[in-house]
Amino acid sequence: MTGPVISRREFLQASATAAGGLMIGFPLLDARANGATQLDFCIRIEPDDRIVIACPNPDMGQGVRTSLPMLVAEELEVDWDRVSVEQMPLAIKKNPDGDGYTWKHVPQGAGGSTSITGHWDRLRQTGAAARQMLIEAAAGSWNVAPESCVAGAGAVHHTESGRSVRYGQIAARAAKLSPPQDPVLKSREDYRIIGTPRRTIDAAEIVTGTAVYGIDAEIPGMAHAVIARCPWFDGKVVKVDERAARAVPGVIDIVRLDGPEPGQPYTILAAGVAVVADSTWAAIKGREALEIEWDKGPWQHETTATLEKQMRDALDGSGQIVRDDGDFPAAMGAAAMRHTARYHSPYLSHAPLEPGNCIAHVAGDRCRVIGPMQMPSGASRGINAALGIDRLNIEVEITRLGGGFGRRLTTDYAVEAALISKAAGRAIQLQWTREDDMQHDFFRPTGLHELSAGFDAGGNLIAWTHRLASASKYYRRPNLPETDYWKSELYADDFPAQLTPNLRLEYFSLKSGAPRGSWRAPAHTANAFAVQSFIDEIAHARGEDPLAFQLRLLGDSREIDYSNHGGPKWNPGRLAGVLNLAATKGNWGKPVGAGRGRGIAGHFTFGGYAAFVVEVEAVSTQDFSVTSIVGAIDCGLAVNPNHVIAQMEGGALDGLSTALRLAINVDGGRVAQGNFDSYRLARIGDTPRHMEMHIVDSPYPPCGVGEPPIPPLAPALTNALFAATGTRIRRLPILS
Amino acid sequence: MIRFKINGSAVEHDGDGDEPLLWVIRQRVGLKGTKYGCGAGLCGACTVHVDGRAKRSCMLPVSQLDGRAVTTIEGLSANGDHPVQRAWLEIDVPQCGYCQAGQIMTAADLLERIPNPSDDDIDRLQTNICRCGTYWRIRKAIHRAADLIGQEDDR
Ligand code: FES
Ligand code: FES
Repeated sequence: MTGPVISRREFLQASATAAGGLMIGFPLLDARANGATQLDFCIRIEPDDRIVIACPNPDMGQGVRTSLPMLVAEELEVDWDRVSVEQMPLAIKKNPDGDGYTWKHVPQGAGGSTSITGHWDRLRQTGAAARQMLIEAAAGSWNVAPESCVAGAGAVHHTESGRSVRYGQIAARAAKLSPPQDPVLKSREDYRIIGTPRRTIDAAEIVTGTAVYGIDAEIPGMAHAVIARCPWFDGKVVKVDERAARAVPGVIDIVRLDGPEPGQPYTILAAGVAVVADSTWAAIKGREALEIEWDKGPWQHETTATLEKQMRDALDGSGQIVRDDGDFPAAMGAAAMRHTARYHSPYLSHAPLEPGNCIAHVAGDRCRVIGPMQMPSGASRGINAALGIDRLNIEVEITRLGGGFGRRLTTDYAVEAALISKAAGRAIQLQWTREDDMQHDFFRPTGLHELSAGFDAGGNLIAWTHRLASASKYYRRPNLPETDYWKSELYADDFPAQLTPNLRLEYFSLKSGAPRGSWRAPAHTANAFAVQSFIDEIAHARGEDPLAFQLRLLGDSREIDYSNHGGPKWNPGRLAGVLNLAATKGNWGKPVGAGRGRGIAGHFTFGGYAAFVVEVEAVSTQDFSVTSIVGAIDCGLAVNPNHVIAQMEGGALDGLSTALRLAINVDGGRVAQGNFDSYRLARIGDTPRHMEMHIVDSPYPPCGVGEPPIPPLAPALTNALFAATGTRIRRLPILS
Repeated sequence: MIRFKINGSAVEHDGDGDEPLLWVIRQRVGLKGTKYGCGAGLCGACTVHVDGRAKRSCMLPVSQLDGRAVTTIEGLSANGDHPVQRAWLEIDVPQCGYCQAGQIMTAADLLERIPNPSDDDIDRLQTNICRCGTYWRIRKAIHRAADLIGQEDDR
């Protein structure tokens, strides 16, 4: 899906609400409206002064249901307390010029920390346009010039005469005006909502159990389904004996699902047999009673050990050179000091706490799906591909998400639900169990990293190489040659590229049967662990303070090219800024006491800069506790500082949890883990007794904060363990 | 026929006695605040109170409920203003929020047992998983709720 294609004519429109208020938003003309023009609302102002603002993007805990409406409310000049938020369904349209589809209004996914950056201008303009219309309407009713009126706190005021009118009272009149296409935006100094800490807008629903997640959604007459998926990668169903399952009380139907052919793009993840029943429990019991003979497929001999041998063997040879600055071999040959180390990162599962689920109702040539999705457009595309239903006839409604972490970027579960609904001839809600989720994920790729550095006699870093052997997540993509697979695993412009004269990146593309995908901050997680550990390692080898060494490499504030997501520029000085802030607040360089150690690491991820100082108290690398995490982030203007801090805290603890104990292992061509007893997420007892997060007061425009906090945590922790114990952790997870 | 109470209302179940209380609450009674996270007693998303004590409802076959009283998140307080809920709002604990009903039910029971818990008490008893990592705020909110309960008792 391409970015929004907006012509002026298509921009904001206004109309009256059913209750006689003002609705402002984007024009909608599609099948849902049966050919009539109506508005996909963005703002609704009712006569009783209720202000409803639409959230176009999925909220999975990153807080966009609060922060995106804040952008609108700021420009609209309303009291935040009066705002309520509604979720906007997916809106797409046919590309005006040619094939395919595009967003009807704004991009509606949640991934890559893009919600805030993507909507920063558009949503403020929408709020500003509505404000201007309300002013114009009020001025018109008073017969005064609009310029003599101001808006504030949900009302228009005429200062000269002292007259005021509430938005609700003037909304109907404003609805008759046409929106200004170039509304004047407020300047940053005048913000009263943006940049102020706000609580989660639907927290009251969450703490009373009334917030609606995918699993909680219902449509009349729906049945419930679960699927027995082939546990072996790319395996198949050979034979099914359904008799016992059909005899389970409540079971309604049994549906076979063909999986994708090996090597082909995924629509659903695996072959399987679905059980449709009158309750989820009956469907689970029915599934237990199925007798299925599986074909174990082409990967049945793969294990974590065979994968790791593949990686080691690969690194002993030569791979695809994907970046080659200066003359690396010559510089390395001439180096006065050299250092090499290998780092291993495992497969990871996303494990959002709400397992996959989706309601689907296929009726004739139409389909409706409701579920927790990061990429609702993917559901529409997948259902179109699998069932042939016109995408404009597929309604996609997004609920709140019980976590995402990248798992719900792929909407295989929505396609499964639609296939089952069609075969069963009724609306169903598909439920994944936790075991289904852990066994059938798109895992964060495992990889073996080899880094080497060479220094000249003066202690300058003159040569650097990063060699990575992994099975890329960019496999099974249509029309993508294997020579491009490295692009999702090594980001060519990442630190220290352009800061080291002779630098080489080398990739080794391996094969694995395990499905792969994007895990919160994708390749940054593994790469920052390797690079930031190695920086610490070579600094120690040189007898230099790791922070001082890294600051020396980063240099002053300046923009340099960054061709990967989060670019087109990055600023090493801003990374130095968060390292310095974390260091100051985290007592870097101060005495730490026996048996203790501090580690520092920072990273640039998708537009944001984050760093941590972690402190541990350690008997050994297998027996320690994390006593403190101090973090700093530069995300440009922090739209909602409360949630920036929350993402730093949660991201730090996700990073900690992952580094401590998390790995997915492959055994006999299938996933060895099945539930939280074998995939042991952190609990409150792992949380340090001290945490503090700091936001850099930054003049830059805002960026997303869902991912930047993750990558630097693991290396800050392992660097701390080295400081405390003298043992370098080069393999994750830390605890065996 | 199994007869018990949920949030004070009588419930009768004459289906499969093995069905976990979790699914009965969600799909037969229709209260959706109690969440499914693991189905194996490991995450606590499904925590409810049974006769006043926190229990993981995915592990309780409904047949064991005869004559007992269940409280779900919807019944914890009349207006969503149990001190634990108030503390959760004040500290703004939730991220995705999916674990939070279970966290709140667990914390409410914890505070009944230990009105002024130490961090160690919390580590030991608040063992629910939060995948979003809101633990730092959960810990703060439990201490805050303890204060709020203390203030109520002083009145
Ligand atoms: S769903 Fe019951 S403990 Fe996880
Ligand atoms: S808030 Fe998302 S799992 Fe706890």
